[in-house]
Amino acid sequence: MNAAHASLIRLRTLLGKEFLQLLRDPRMRFSMLAPPLFQLMVFGYAASFDVRHAEIAAVDQARTPATRALLAAVTATGHFTMHNFPDMAPAKVALDRGEIRAILRFAPDFERRRVVQIISDGSDSNSAQMIAGQLSQTLQQSARLSAGIDPPAQIEERAWFNENLDDRSYFVPGIIATIVLIITVILTAMTVVREREFGTLERLLVTPIARLEFLIGKLAAVAAVGLFDVALISLIAVAWFDVPFRGNVIDLLAGSLLFLMSALGIGLLISSYAETQQQAQLLAFFVIQPMVMLSGFAFPIANMPEGVQWLTWLDPLRYYLVVIRDVFLKGSGMGAHGFEYAMMALLGSGALLLSLARVK
Amino acid sequence: MHAVPVILAEELTRCFGAFIAVNRIQVTVQPGEVFGLLGANGAGKTTAIRMLCGMLPPTAGRIQVAGVDMVRYARRARGQIGYVAQRFSLYGDLTVLENLKLQAGLYGLTGDRRRDRLAEVLRLLDLSDRREVMAGALPLGYKQRLGLAAALLHEPRVLFLDEPTSGVDPMARQRFWELIYALADGGIGILVTTHYMDEALFCDRLALMQAGRIVAEGTPDELLRRPLPTPILALDSPDAVAFEQLAQRWPEVREIIPHAGQLRIRLHAGTDLAALRMRLDAVAAEHHLTVTGVRPVAPELEDIFVAVLEENEG
Repeated sequence: MNAAHASLIRLRTLLGKEFLQLLRDPRMRFSMLAPPLFQLMVFGYAASFDVRHAEIAAVDQARTPATRALLAAVTATGHFTMHNFPDMAPAKVALDRGEIRAILRFAPDFERRRVVQIISDGSDSNSAQMIAGQLSQTLQQSARLSAGIDPPAQIEERAWFNENLDDRSYFVPGIIATIVLIITVILTAMTVVREREFGTLERLLVTPIARLEFLIGKLAAVAAVGLFDVALISLIAVAWFDVPFRGNVIDLLAGSLLFLMSALGIGLLISSYAETQQQAQLLAFFVIQPMVMLSGFAFPIANMPEGVQWLTWLDPLRYYLVVIRDVFLKGSGMGAHGFEYAMMALLGSGALLLSLARVK
Repeated sequence: MHAVPVILAEELTRCFGAFIAVNRIQVTVQPGEVFGLLGANGAGKTTAIRMLCGMLPPTAGRIQVAGVDMVRYARRARGQIGYVAQRFSLYGDLTVLENLKLQAGLYGLTGDRRRDRLAEVLRLLDLSDRREVMAGALPLGYKQRLGLAAALLHEPRVLFLDEPTSGVDPMARQRFWELIYALADGGIGILVTTHYMDEALFCDRLALMQAGRIVAEGTPDELLRRPLPTPILALDSPDAVAFEQLAQRWPEVREIIPHAGQLRIRLHAGTDLAALRMRLDAVAAEHHLTVTGVRPVAPELEDIFVAVLEENEG
């Protein structure tokens, strides 16, 4: 029996053992299925930047036909639920209590000054911005129409790739990336630390296996779990949430594999610092949180301060998100992702080499 | 003619920073020999065994296992050894059979050999009817046997047992040692560490470690024949308790150990035994105590080891 053949037998044996342990442990089965499904439900149903049914106070102190027409136009958008208040004092109280999100006020001297006041609840800055924007757009349009003015240019807005600007189509593909990161980093770190904690790693190292064989067996099993979650969430996204899938599967697979290099490397690195499974979990949390924040998953990178933007270049999740969103929404194909592939390969090799050096 | 030793370690040394855990020890174990490594916790036993198994590279020195250089060809050398750890270190969430199959795969066993060896170790360690039980659910004695079964699958030339019987009941210990002897008779070299002095007597050869060095070595008989620098007198008397109190503070008395109805009086080196006997008789007469007999006794292994350790500390 030659050395390569023996090595193959050992690898196959180790992989079989990893899968047996992963699939047998009810907690493991749970954590492979529950977090992806839970996150999908949260982001698929709850998370949305859209403003729908925002409660608005209307304080019309001018009471002219013009103000009535403007209020009617706002109501007609269907985005707002209007409540009429006679003057500012009770409207302010309602805003204080959070019963309404904004106040739309026509002062008594509206006929003379032609000023509409929009007061929004800045404690929820994102919604405030959206509401104020939508209100002013509606008011301006309606004002122009009633004045019979022809604007110098018509603005025609089209959003490509996500025609309805559906937040769900934006978020759900992103969940694939974050879930794969969370599951694979934690799983790698925990299973390696567990082997050390129980002394089974030491026992393995008395057998003729090489450290690299042990790690390959471990990482390959975790990578398989990661790919399983990619497939699971993709299927649900397309079949249940009607997210389009315009790219190709190879692009998704290639991006996922390259991203997994980083995730596995980070998990392994964490395992080399943690002595117990709890420590591993905590460390993983500290690493994953900023990675998600800096990735552009929820907050656009372009809005970050310049220094922080530089930091996002080191975040492999950033590139994976680009690939994944393109695969689902744009369908731009593999050719468009050379840069993302290269960056993930670079960061992934770095993380793996660093962790291998630490684990030795 | 001497066969190739299954373990040959020379000048074996391991430092952790400035601390020398193992200091230039020599270990030779012949095929079929049961070699006992003794010593208190922290004496360096575990570090030594970890180096001999190839888990820890030595800072200096040479190790050969069945003629293979452990430092340069660690993986080939590891194929020659079986190791049973102090605590259970197989997978509790795999069954007995799954654990054994895993080990078989790691040692590259395939086909008929794999099947035959699995059947053989299950039979040898009487695990056949528990093969489908989760290893984590086994009673301690069975876990120990599973550990041994896993270590014997690939027919190693040498077996390392790190405190194999700690926490196991006396009956199981007895059976365990019978098995060890059977294995040694089959030509395997065995290196065992233990705390139990009665178990040390079962070994063909012993080495006592202290502060990283081997401070005494030999067959149990050789060690027992060593002249004891601190002689021991056995005093038989119905008034043993009174004698113990009286003799406690005598300058030549190092320690008094009540032992099976008699007093074992350990004396300082160079004590004049005749003078001490006269003094005992005089004290007996003065306090109206009865002495049934006073005689020097042959030391036990523990006495020898305690004396060796004290000598080195002093």
